[in-house]
Amino acid sequence: MITTSNLLKKYNKNQVLNIKLLEIPKGQSFGLVGNNGAGKTTYFSLLLDLIKPTAGYIETNGVRVDESENWKPFTAAFIDESFLIGYLTPEEYFYFIGELRGQNKADVDKLVSGFEDFFHGEILGQKKYLRDLSKGNQKKAGIVAALIGNPKVIILDEPFANLDPTTQIRLKGIIKNLVEKQDVTVLISSHDLLHITDVCERIVVLEHGEIVKDLVTSEATLKELEAHFSRTEVL
Amino acid sequence: MIKHFLSLEWKGAFRSLNFGKNLAIKIFMGFIGVWILLMFLGTGLSLYPILKKIFPEKDPLLVVNSFLFYWILGDLISRFFIQKLPVMRVKPLLILPIKRSKVINYVLGKSSLSFFNFLSLFIIVPFGVSLIVKGYSLNSVLIWMLAIAIVTQINNFLNFIIESFSSKKELSFLPLIVFSGVLYGLNYFNAISFSEIIGSGFNAIYESPIFVIIPIAILALFYIINFKILYKKLFLDSSLKSKVEAVNTSNLEWTKNFGDIAPFMQLDLKLIWRNKRTKSTIWMLALGLLYGMFFYPNPTYVDKPWFFIFIGVFTSGIFLMNFGQFIPAWDSSYYKMLMSQNIKYEKYLKSKFTLMVISVLILFLLSVPYVYFGWEILLAHFVTAIYNVGVNTHVIMYGGAYNRKKINLDEKATFNYQGTGVVQWLIGIPLMVMPALIFGVFYAVFNLEVGCLVIALLGIVGIVFHQKWMSLITKKYLDSKYKMIDAFSQDNS
Repeated sequence: MITTSNLLKKYNKNQVLNIKLLEIPKGQSFGLVGNNGAGKTTYFSLLLDLIKPTAGYIETNGVRVDESENWKPFTAAFIDESFLIGYLTPEEYFYFIGELRGQNKADVDKLVSGFEDFFHGEILGQKKYLRDLSKGNQKKAGIVAALIGNPKVIILDEPFANLDPTTQIRLKGIIKNLVEKQDVTVLISSHDLLHITDVCERIVVLEHGEIVKDLVTSEATLKELEAHFSRTEVL
Repeated sequence: MIKHFLSLEWKGAFRSLNFGKNLAIKIFMGFIGVWILLMFLGTGLSLYPILKKIFPEKDPLLVVNSFLFYWILGDLISRFFIQKLPVMRVKPLLILPIKRSKVINYVLGKSSLSFFNFLSLFIIVPFGVSLIVKGYSLNSVLIWMLAIAIVTQINNFLNFIIESFSSKKELSFLPLIVFSGVLYGLNYFNAISFSEIIGSGFNAIYESPIFVIIPIAILALFYIINFKILYKKLFLDSSLKSKVEAVNTSNLEWTKNFGDIAPFMQLDLKLIWRNKRTKSTIWMLALGLLYGMFFYPNPTYVDKPWFFIFIGVFTSGIFLMNFGQFIPAWDSSYYKMLMSQNIKYEKYLKSKFTLMVISVLILFLLSVPYVYFGWEILLAHFVTAIYNVGVNTHVIMYGGAYNRKKINLDEKATFNYQGTGVVQWLIGIPLMVMPALIFGVFYAVFNLEVGCLVIALLGIVGIVFHQKWMSLITKKYLDSKYKMIDAFSQDNS
C-alpha cells in the first residue's frame, strides 16, 4: 500500500529523516515511536506532501505523493489542531470535510452518529465553535473528521495525547475496528508505548531520522521497547 | 528590566520570518515619516509670519491657542485610526518574577515615545522659538510649549482608553466619530465654545505658569486609568475563561447556485462573518462608499476626472482590496489541512474571486446615487467597476501568492486592538493609481470618453481571459505550496 524508497529530508545540512525502504501493506496498523526530533511528524508530513523530500519518494497505492494528487481521495489525516477550522461548529466542519470527500449531509450524519460514545456528549449539538472547545475535544472532532468518506489510509499523529482515559480506550477500539473490519491502513505515532503496542500490529522505532527497529507486535514488544528507550536515555 | 524587554523585542523583530518584507515596508514608512516631519517643520517655521499676515491685528499666540481645540480633536481622531498601543507578548512573562506593574509601565512608557507625540513638537518648537525671538517672555513660552507637549501625551493616553473601550464593539470607530462630531457641533453652533475654553486655558497658562498643573494632573489621571485597564488584562482569566459565544448557524443554501464552489463560498462567508478581524472589513465598506462624499461636493475636483477614476476604483473595490490582499492568508491557520484534502485549488480560488466580483457589483450599484454630482461620475464608476472585476481581482490574487504572513483569526494579541494598520492601505495604492494614471494619459491626449473606454476595455480584456489568468494564478499558488505551508505554520505575530 505505502512504499517509501530512499527517502531523505534535510534542512540545510541537517538530516532529519533518512529511510532506505519501508513497506506498509494494506490493512496494517502501523505504529511509529521515537523521541522528540526522531522524525515522526516529518515522515507524516512527507506522506501528506506538506513538505518536499530532499531525495527519494513515497508511493501510496502506486501514486507518487509528490508528483500526483491522486492519493488524496483515499487518504485522510489528523496531524494537529491546525487541521481544524476554528470558526466552524463541529457539525459544520464535518459537513465541510464531507463535501470535499464527496459525502452528502446524510452520509456524514450517519457516520458521525456512530461515534456518539466517543464524543461523550461534548461535541455534537453544543452550539460552540471548534476554537472554543478544549484541546481534548478538538482532538476528538479532528480524529472523527479524518474518518469521513471511507478513506483507505488514515494518518494520526499522537492521537492519544490530550485525551482523557475513557476516550483513549474508546479510540483504541475504533482503530482496531477500522483495521479488522474495514481493512483500512492506519498509521499512528505515539509517545505512549503501552497504547501503541496495544493497537498496532507493527511498530517501527525511529532515531535521528533512521529506522532502528522494526517489530511485529508480540507480548515481548512492550518490554523490548521499554528496554530500548531506557538505554537511549542513558546514552 | 527595561534592557531585557528591549532585547526581547529586538530578537522578536529580527528573528521574524517576515523580517525582510517588514524591513522594506519600514523603510518606505520611514520615508513617509520623514516627509511628514519636514512638512510639519515647514509649518512650524512659517506659522508666525503667516498668522501675522492673515490676522495682522491679532497676537499670533492667541490665534494659535484659539485653534488648539480643533488640533486636539483632529490629532485624537487620526491617532485612533493609525496609532496602536505597542504590542508585547506578555503571556510568557506572567509566571516569571517580574512585577506586572513593570510590564505595564514599560508598554505605556514606550507608547509615549511614539512618533505621533514628537510630530507636534516639530510645529511647536520652531513656533515657540520665533515667539521668543519676537520678544515674548522666555519662561512663559517655555511653559506654554511644555503644556502643548503634555496635551500631546494626554491625547496619546486618551486614545488608548477610547480604543480599549470601543474595541469590543463591532463599529469601533463610531463612538469616537459621534463623540467628536458632537463636540465639534456644540462648538460650531456656539452652544458650548470649547475652542474658547481651551484657548483661554492656554492663555492662562501663558500668563500664569502655575496653571500648567492642570494638564499635568489630567495626564496623570489618564495614565492611571490606562494602567488599571491594562492591569486587568494582564491576567489570563479573560483568555482562559471559555467564552460562550452565541453560534449563529445559517445553512447558506443559496450558495448552491454557484455549483461546485459552494462549499468554499460557505466557508468564506462564515470566515468573514465569524471572525472579528474579517468582520471589520465589512464595516470598511460603508466608509468606502462615503469616500466620494468627501470629494465630489468639492468644486476643486469637478474638472479633474482622473480623480473620479481613483475614487471609483476605491469605492467599488474596497472589499476587494481589504479581503483580497490576504488571500490565502485568511485560511492560514488550517492551510495544511486544506492542502491534504482532495480539493481543486482552482475552485478554492474561484470562490474568493466570485465573492470579490459580487462585492464590486453591489458596491457599484450602491454608488449609483453619485450620479447626482454628474453623469461623468457614474460613467467613471461604471468603467472602474469593470476594471476592478477584470484586472484588480486577478492582480490582487496573484499578489496573494507572495503573501507569507500568517493571520491569527481567533487570537488577539493582548494589546492589539484593531489588528490592521497603515500598511494595509499602502498596498491598495498601485491598484488605484494605475487606472487613474492610464486614464489620465488618454484623457490628456483625447477626452473623457476615450479615457473611460480604455479603462473599460482593459477590464473586459481581463474578464475575457479570466480562465487563463486563473490557471496562471493557480499554478503560481501550487508552485509556492510548500513555502506557504511552512510560513503559515510559523507563529510570527
